Amino acid sequence: MRLGLVLGEAASGLRRNVSMVISVILVTFISLTFVGAAILLQMQIGEMKGYWYDRAQVAVYMCTATDTTGNCAQQEATQDQKDLVQAQLESPTLAPFIKKFEFENHDQALANFKQQFADSQLSAFVTKDMLNESFRVNLNDPTQADILIESLSSSAGVQDVQDQRSYLDQIFAVLNAASFTAIGLATLMLIAAVLLIATTIRLSAFSRRRELGIMRLVGASNRFIQTPFILEGVFAALIGSVLAGGAVIAIVQFFVKGYLADTLATTTTLVGLDEAVIVVPILIVVGGILAAASAGVAISRYLKV
Amino acid sequence: MIRFDSVSKLYSGNTRPALNNVSLEILKGEFVFLVGASGSGKSSFLRLVLKEEKPSQGKIHVLGQQLGTLSSRKVPYFRRNLGVVFQDFRLLPQKTVFDNVAFTLQVIGKSRGFIQEAVPDVLKMVGLAGKTSRFPHELSGGEQQRVAIARAIVNKPAILLADEPTGNLDPVTSAGIMNLLQRINLGGTTVIMATHDAGIVDQMKRRVIELTSGQIVRDEREGAYQTQAIPIQGFGISNGELQ
Repeated sequence: MRLGLVLGEAASGLRRNVSMVISVILVTFISLTFVGAAILLQMQIGEMKGYWYDRAQVAVYMCTATDTTGNCAQQEATQDQKDLVQAQLESPTLAPFIKKFEFENHDQALANFKQQFADSQLSAFVTKDMLNESFRVNLNDPTQADILIESLSSSAGVQDVQDQRSYLDQIFAVLNAASFTAIGLATLMLIAAVLLIATTIRLSAFSRRRELGIMRLVGASNRFIQTPFILEGVFAALIGSVLAGGAVIAIVQFFVKGYLADTLATTTTLVGLDEAVIVVPILIVVGGILAAASAGVAISRYLKV
Repeated sequence: MIRFDSVSKLYSGNTRPALNNVSLEILKGEFVFLVGASGSGKSSFLRLVLKEEKPSQGKIHVLGQQLGTLSSRKVPYFRRNLGVVFQDFRLLPQKTVFDNVAFTLQVIGKSRGFIQEAVPDVLKMVGLAGKTSRFPHELSGGEQQRVAIARAIVNKPAILLADEPTGNLDPVTSAGIMNLLQRINLGGTTVIMATHDAGIVDQMKRRVIELTSGQIVRDEREGAYQTQAIPIQGFGISNGELQ
């Protein structure tokens, strides 16, 4: 097989079909950008999980004089009760799961509250005995919070045991929904791209049916006949993939590193160019394979003997 | 060289078979005319030899290969041993005479050097030595058919199939084309030609196979377009072969 001839055929096919080729490029570009964004979003979720789960604590709130929920009866938790909870945290049953814990008394709780709600008028009305004293527990494995909740919820003087991860999970659920939406859109667009590539290749083959007929008649091998068409599809899709890769890098560079990093500042870690560089080859490979497959299927009807 | 064993071809949606229980053998170096009315099965016969169609029943052997067992991947390589010429020439309009013939060799992967040598040779043989850089629309019908023949034989096939090659040409031009086909046949190539041209068949005095409604009704050495000698016997023989 002569490479030059095959490439020449592919190039002439591309020239003949410029408008279709451009539409293939645009559709693959958009669809793969969605795919890339979905992958980036998943990576971001992973990154945030790593960051926040490390910092997420289980809080064991002790009763205040006004609490009626949990094991409280409008009585401040006694020192004995606090000691008992601390003893439980240090006991051999729970200690292996716990990385460290610290006790937050009323004064510290108030200080933290005032700091967090400094802008709000609320902080002016809150007094320190309205805020729970609490044990702040860091677990070795944040997913094992249930063990702590089970063993401490029923202890005397404990108002509530809360896993802070449950707040985070809501945020992750929203982000997950966003990334699934992106994947859904990407799938629809990819289907459109595949069908468009197939149509483009059929058109291209139709416009060259005389040559194809003669090629088949004189015994050109199937591979020789189909390769230019597959190259044509792959070439168009690859341009689209590269553009999508560029878009993903641009999103990370200008939106994530520029806008988001400024806005969120130190709140969380964000995906960076390292992650974008992983996404780009995925997009290019996906684009190439999809194009080759759909072009191959489209041209196969011209190869039947 | 070519053998049909009780071959039938039925196209879907058509109750009458295009070929009905045809058995025949064509030997190396023969020149065979395939005659019969339109729709009698001549073209189906040629398409079956090319393996463009599969027979509904029966076996076809071409060049020592049983076509039924030939995988579709090998069909292109099989076809390189066959040359085909059509009534409508089927040249590529945007390629020159040289490129039309060279195209055949390019797509089967022949080297540039081979093409540079073989194409002028074959164009000289068909009498187009001085017109290699013309385009098909600049040529007369006879010249276009010569290009098509050059394209069919440039790869030195063992069999040349011609489907009414003189169908669009005047008698004088046709005679030139027949002259060329005869020379190709003398070179050892088996030529099978489907035709309606009674004059040519009568003049050439070669083997004639007549098809009617997909059945062989006559297979005559040195025959003519229409049965001349003892038609009844002719029928008897071919019917006997069918059973």
